[in-house]
Amino acid sequence: MEKTIIIGAGLSGLTAAITLARGGRHCLLVSLQASERAQSVLAEGGINAALDVMGEGDSPQYHFEDTMKGGVYLADENAVRRLTKGAPEVVRWLAGLGVPFNMAEGHLVQRNFGGQKKKRTAYAKSSTGKMIMSALIDEARKYEASGLIERFPHHEFIEAVIEDGVCKGAVVRDCYTDKSAVMRGKVIMCCGGMAGLFPNMTTGTTQNSGYAAAKLFEQGVIFGNTEMLQYHPTTIGIPDKRCLVTEAARGEGGRLYIERNGEKWYFMEEKYPELKNLMPRDVVSREMYFVRRREDCGDTVYLDMTGLSAEIWQKRLPDLRAEIIHYLAIDPAEKPVPVHEGIHYFMGGIYTDINHRTNISGLYAAGECTCQYHGANRLGGNSMLGAVFGGKTAAEDILARGENGNSGETEFSGECHADEPSEAVRKELGEILYSGLGIVRSEAGIDSAIARLDALEKREGIYPRTRLGRSMLMSAKARKESRGAHYREDHPDKDESLRAPTLSWCEDGEVRVRI
Amino acid sequence: MPETGRKGVNAMTTELKILRRESAQSEAYRQSFIFETEDENAAVSTALTALNARDDLKDKDGKPAKPIRWECSCLQKKCGACAMVINGSPRLACDSKLKELGSVVTVEPLRKFPVVADLIVDRKVMFDSLREMSVWLKSELTPDENTQDIAYEASGCLQCGCCLDVCPNFYAGGKFVGMAGGVPVSRLIEQLPKDEKSEILKEYRKRVYEGCGKSLACRKICPAGLDIEKLLVNSNAASVWKSLFWRKK
Repeated sequence: MEKTIIIGAGLSGLTAAITLARGGRHCLLVSLQASERAQSVLAEGGINAALDVMGEGDSPQYHFEDTMKGGVYLADENAVRRLTKGAPEVVRWLAGLGVPFNMAEGHLVQRNFGGQKKKRTAYAKSSTGKMIMSALIDEARKYEASGLIERFPHHEFIEAVIEDGVCKGAVVRDCYTDKSAVMRGKVIMCCGGMAGLFPNMTTGTTQNSGYAAAKLFEQGVIFGNTEMLQYHPTTIGIPDKRCLVTEAARGEGGRLYIERNGEKWYFMEEKYPELKNLMPRDVVSREMYFVRRREDCGDTVYLDMTGLSAEIWQKRLPDLRAEIIHYLAIDPAEKPVPVHEGIHYFMGGIYTDINHRTNISGLYAAGECTCQYHGANRLGGNSMLGAVFGGKTAAEDILARGENGNSGETEFSGECHADEPSEAVRKELGEILYSGLGIVRSEAGIDSAIARLDALEKREGIYPRTRLGRSMLMSAKARKESRGAHYREDHPDKDESLRAPTLSWCEDGEVRVRI
Repeated sequence: MPETGRKGVNAMTTELKILRRESAQSEAYRQSFIFETEDENAAVSTALTALNARDDLKDKDGKPAKPIRWECSCLQKKCGACAMVINGSPRLACDSKLKELGSVVTVEPLRKFPVVADLIVDRKVMFDSLREMSVWLKSELTPDENTQDIAYEASGCLQCGCCLDVCPNFYAGGKFVGMAGGVPVSRLIEQLPKDEKSEILKEYRKRVYEGCGKSLACRKICPAGLDIEKLLVNSNAASVWKSLFWRKK
């Protein structure tokens, strides 16, 4: 019987596994740790779908328009149309699995989120990701018991098996025994974003090393929009990483300000009277960056949540309040919280068609490791949607193609390791990439980062991650315009001739980029 | 990028006494490491990360040491990966601030699971228990506002295993699955329609209720702060008291 190999057991991996199992197909679900440890459990604010339950006349068409506009028209239009049309069914499915979404008067309630004109974000207080994951883990367990889902929960992806341009499986290492195996079958990569290329600088999990994506890049998989990094406006520094303050804090009434001439200046409200503090994340982060550099302003932006009612804290944001008190010793109900932009999400990633197929036959990708839904900037609430919908779509495509071949048994007897440099080199690469890929970029800055990367590779050797990092820098250099999260101070305007994805790939060991 | 962590005024020096083991088969031994920080939020996880980042890790006596094997993921108390025994109690390393632990901190793997290496244990038994108890839905639910509170609480379980470590009644392979099993089950007990509950209630009685000695040691140490007592009361009411009542009728 044919088995599908799924790399990653977060939202997209679990959904892909469940979808395949419901269709009667076997899969091998590979993850570094148990699903409970996946980055998806950190997602807080909610999941978008035009359920039209808030009396605002919402529709998938509006959701589509907001998503395209939020991504500054770089997302795959056909994929986004399908995503937004399929969103209500996704949320209803999750509710049917028992996800305790907030409800009122017998129906789900939805909250405001950035870049959207309607209340479209379904949520479970401020732990939506954890709640959805718990329900999906229970659902997957049903098929684990029947043998359709076979878990490999302490296993690392080493490389894809590509023969004659077709993906035939993956090499996987058991981190407990250090033995590796070749798994045969189609592969769905659900390995998360490229956060691991920026050690200690993101809101993501430390499990993500970025290696899986980097290795695929080296193996010839085409990537898109790797220059598009999302800086979330409201993060706080905690040991070894950034900690997210959910956008729901602003959705529920939190306000950003900076001190100007000794007075509070609510700069977002003044500049953007319609969406105010809930402009798309790229816009808010950039505004924060610029106000901090003004001579008449202080150097700290604050998130003021003191106006939120006791009921909101208790029913909608309880976990957030506890978290801020724990890390900053500030009660956000009493005092404004100092916040800073931090790397939160990667809009770019593996380039796929709307069925989540990559350029290599037999290899699929879903979730944050892909690039088709969010363009140049992702809207809050669309990542969990994209992950669940992507996993489902990839699995449905595999189901529709019928079985071919027998995957055979998986035997752990080999000895393979990831092709990775030392931690110090990984850190240095992260600093180089960050220096070229900040909130505000310029050709000179990018060139200087590329020169540093050349020197690093010369000194330490070339690795999958240095190649993928180079693709990010070269993509940022090639896009001589400002669009979404990619802001070039030397090209501050949008150039409509560049309204197309930045494609990058590795060919004969060279990184190539084309828009 | 702004600095991560908050800088306090005083530097802090901590000795970490770690119970180490190269593999399941090898002998366990203790090894001490010195870690200094000015970050008042620095936790045991911060120390382990920093020690492993050193090019040539040396123990307290200057002897070269291998990197310390441990598992972590979110570093913000939401994933349960870094559960270990710290100063004698099971906790998350990322939720154990050094400044609250004293100048010498003992760090050991969880005690009720097989050790893989150093601080890594194989928590497979927790996931096996849930599968044995058939903790899943057989059919789709109709969302019900009245069940959301309990379902939210029960869905918050990290499956970290801390509750099992302190439980006087749990041992791996026994019939009693502890609260790492009892909590997820309580979601189904709350959410399932009455006529679909009987099997899960039976499992709950057999694998949770009958084994629990009500010490509630788990409640005090749950890193997610779950209200285990509330969930137990709710599930007991459904599985034991109501079913007795129905049987009599």
